[in-house]
Amino acid sequence: MKILVPIKRVVDYNVKVRVAADGSGVDTQGVKMSMNPFDEIAVEEGIRLRESGAAKEVVVVTIGAQAAQDVLRTAMAMGADRAILVKTDDTLEPRAVANALKAVIERENPSIVSMGKQAIDDDMNATGQILAAKLNWPQATFASKVVVNGDKAEVTREIDGGTATFAVPLPAIITADLRLNEPRYASLPNIMKARKKPLETIELESLGVDTASRLTTISVAEPAERQAGVMVSSVAELVEKLKTEAKVI
Amino acid sequence: MTALVLLEIENGAVRQASRSAVAAASAFGSVDVLVLGAGAEAAARLPGVARVRHAESLSDSIAESASALLASIAAEYTHIISAATANGKNILPRLAGLLDVQPIPDVIAIQDADTFVRPIYAGNALATVRSSDNIKVLTVRGANFDPVASEGGSASIEAIALDTSATIPSVEEISVNLSTSERPELESARVVLSGGRGLKDAANFKLLDPIADKLGAAIGASRAAVDSGFAPNEMQVGQTGKIVAPELYVAVGLSGAIQHLAGMKDSRVIVAINIDPEAPIFRVADYGLVADLFTVLPELEQAL
Repeated sequence: MKILVPIKRVVDYNVKVRVAADGSGVDTQGVKMSMNPFDEIAVEEGIRLRESGAAKEVVVVTIGAQAAQDVLRTAMAMGADRAILVKTDDTLEPRAVANALKAVIERENPSIVSMGKQAIDDDMNATGQILAAKLNWPQATFASKVVVNGDKAEVTREIDGGTATFAVPLPAIITADLRLNEPRYASLPNIMKARKKPLETIELESLGVDTASRLTTISVAEPAERQAGVMVSSVAELVEKLKTEAKVI
Repeated sequence: MTALVLLEIENGAVRQASRSAVAAASAFGSVDVLVLGAGAEAAARLPGVARVRHAESLSDSIAESASALLASIAAEYTHIISAATANGKNILPRLAGLLDVQPIPDVIAIQDADTFVRPIYAGNALATVRSSDNIKVLTVRGANFDPVASEGGSASIEAIALDTSATIPSVEEISVNLSTSERPELESARVVLSGGRGLKDAANFKLLDPIADKLGAAIGASRAAVDSGFAPNEMQVGQTGKIVAPELYVAVGLSGAIQHLAGMKDSRVIVAINIDPEAPIFRVADYGLVADLFTVLPELEQAL
């Protein structure tokens, strides 16, 4: 069984982003970039399924500029077997990404597509679901546990108010939530080994899919800044202020 | 123009987040709602709803069939909307995939029928986007739209069913494990009391209970507290957890990471209790108390 893991290169989650002065977007010049944290969890899950014998190969794919290679190398240093870069300098929306991924999936025929539930840049939380619809595959989103059983996966999903477990026939899309696993760090020897693993580059245009944008960004603005209030020195003072000043208790 | 809202029903009542979605939808004209499973009568009593479309045999926990049903009636609508809940985020993007449109998640403001404001980068930026799709598929954040009342309307109820000739992947729900809580729902509570890693373990997390009881508060948690196993994931407040905007938010022993602030900074009054005076949470708090939470919590319980 083959597992395909789509990953995205995003502004590192530790970076406090700044809105560009002209309001056209977020300033990413010279900012540290990393693999989207939820995708790291999805890569880890793929590697664990291979290590447990449930899968044979883990292939990672990203859609982006040449520089996006670095997240593919990171994934291979974690343990992915090979990588595909679908090269484009455009920024694609989830619908467009799903179209491109569908073309890659039709070529690779994976049994499971394991991906992060959400990218921390556009916060869309949509690519996995759109892709599942386009393939007419089942989807198990927000997964916190995955057990593969022959041609089915038993997936525990985070829902409002708790969790629910579903039996999902394969092939399926599984999107990773935080509690699914703890991604491993790549060791130095594995980083060196990853340099020799195969990385194939495909031009986005060669896939012949519709990647037009349906959303136009009119502007990007800073949210209203919240002002710090006052410091209190005791519980008594706090309760007093909440009662008489803020009138919330 | 007519909008369709996918409602969520809980214990026979329409969830507050769904009532906010109905309020948001009224910006586009006439509003129909879709109910999957039980609860059509409660939906019919919502003010401002023209028509309830009811698919009794379907469940909103199965995105494959729910999105297929939505897709079958989508052409009648200009906007298809749900609350940005776990179910909404599971179903609506799949519907968008079926319709080949780009969904617009987590809308916090509607400028016109095509133009929406949504947070990106954990709420550190707000993007205004215009959609060129014929049918707009959006999820809206409940905290940003005042919910319609639960009573006062009298919409007609009309049964609909899924076309059985369509091939839909068969996913089966095996079990559901809901946390039982007598407390108010996190997203609609008037007061939210949240704990962070400063509570040190799951047993200490219970120190929040008596205070929450006195305040009638829901209990939330930071991602760090959830990751450390102090609290279940459904209590997580933040970028990828619940978005809350209560009258009063009390943050106990949590530092206020960007991801957490994204989920609570629209609260009306914020109180921060933390032993570290440099904690970022103090930069957004209306009232800050630098002190050891283990002495503060018993005192607070006494004082309330």
